[in-house]
Amino acid sequence: MGRHNVFYFAREGAFNMFSHGFMSFAAIGITVACLLIMGTFSLVAVNANAMLEEMEAQNQMLAFVDKSLSEVEARALEKKLMEVNNVAKVTFISNEEAAAAFRSRYEDDELFQGLPDENFRHRFAVDLKDIGYMSKTKAALEAIPGIGEGNVSAYEDEAAGFITIRNVAGIVCVVLIAVLFVVSVFIIANTIKLTTFDRRDEIAIMKMVGATNGFIRWPFVYEGFLLGLFSAVTGFFLQWALYEAVARSVATNDTINLITIVPFSDMWTNVAVIFAVAGMLIGVGGSLSAIRKFLQV
Amino acid sequence: MIRLTDVVKEYPNGTHALNGLSMEIQDGEFVFMVGPSGSGKSTVIKLLIGEIEPSQGRVMVNGFSLRNIKEWQIPHMRRTVGVIFQDFRLIEHKSVYDNMVFAMRAVGAGPKEIKKRIPYCLHLVGLESKSRRHPSELSGGEQQRVAIARALLNNPSTIIADEPTGNLDPARSLEIMRLLERINALGTTVLVVTHEKDLVNRFDKRVIMLEQGRVVSDGKGYYGRKI
Repeated sequence: MGRHNVFYFAREGAFNMFSHGFMSFAAIGITVACLLIMGTFSLVAVNANAMLEEMEAQNQMLAFVDKSLSEVEARALEKKLMEVNNVAKVTFISNEEAAAAFRSRYEDDELFQGLPDENFRHRFAVDLKDIGYMSKTKAALEAIPGIGEGNVSAYEDEAAGFITIRNVAGIVCVVLIAVLFVVSVFIIANTIKLTTFDRRDEIAIMKMVGATNGFIRWPFVYEGFLLGLFSAVTGFFLQWALYEAVARSVATNDTINLITIVPFSDMWTNVAVIFAVAGMLIGVGGSLSAIRKFLQV
Repeated sequence: MIRLTDVVKEYPNGTHALNGLSMEIQDGEFVFMVGPSGSGKSTVIKLLIGEIEPSQGRVMVNGFSLRNIKEWQIPHMRRTVGVIFQDFRLIEHKSVYDNMVFAMRAVGAGPKEIKKRIPYCLHLVGLESKSRRHPSELSGGEQQRVAIARALLNNPSTIIADEPTGNLDPARSLEIMRLLERINALGTTVLVVTHEKDLVNRFDKRVIMLEQGRVVSDGKGYYGRKI
């Protein structure tokens, strides 16, 4: 493709976009709406995932050390625990610390205040890399001499619940985004098809004088690209404004900090890239799909 | 050169447009193709510009065999053929000059080539002074001359004119035919499809007559040699 052709295609594409102002406005509007819906679902998914990760991190296991081991011997087990697959972090808690924590939790209950430290065992708080492998990790920890079977407490049902929620949320999000993407391409293809229909005579003349399909297609590809780019830029700023508004509203109403909102500043580059790529794919895909019919002459 | 050998064309709806048609037009010839409605004239044109494929038989146009032509070869074949239609097919919102630029751009011509070729072709048809006018500001005859100039832009070896005078009065029709005759004198093969008997008879040219998808006469004058 010659340099003059590149300029020609770009100029024709831009000219076509502005000369069919209303249709272009409609195409941009529809694409922005689709990007906003897709973006909102994705951002909700990102926040849900962040909250789940936070909750997962709090889902620790406790490995109780055999009562016959001294504190020094118990601490020596830490290295072995760290060697177990899927263990992210191990924190030693002596029986004194455990007793103190227990008493402070029930400081209003005199019955528990007199419990001697010896009633409590040394233990390790174990953080996992992936709670999906909680059962296997529990078995591996119980196999360590000094811990033993039945001495690891784990909330396996809760972990399974988190995993189910995460998987379902992931699938729903991917399906919704895929459906919205296809719908967007279909809508923009139909919008561009209308502008293409206006120019079917021009296309027929181009075919008649010997233009290749590629040559005819390029201005439409540029037009779709520009429509997608405009849509992406508009959609990005609208998404930002919408996100900030929702985040402010959540912060105002959620006084007990139950919901953690990921700051937009942590995600803006990803959002911008995804919007730009999605916008341009929708625009170019829509254009190519629209013009296909008119090239069959 | 154009050569059709035993060409059969059956449309999907079952219509037999051509029934074993054979004809040959040598380089540099001027030929009229005549025949009543439904005789297959339009089908022949569609075959010659690669719009449709024959059901049977062979079609050769300027060295391209259209029976098994690859899709990517069709544009290259079309550049060897200039086509003129009854309804001119000019783009209304573009000036005469821009119509020409559009056609040259479509085949990837560069700015230098465009600046050189368009004035030459407009001069050939005598419209260099009206290059900035829009089609709606021109008479029917002038619009057809623009269409002829556009057909000449890619320096085709063959011009196919499909009822080029169908929308023109007799004086303008004669003018267009004289112009095509002049183009033919420069070495371009010209095939004119028409059913204007008087106009054909004013020129001492070869006439191919079709009927029911076959050539029924071929020779000089409207009523040529019977096959």
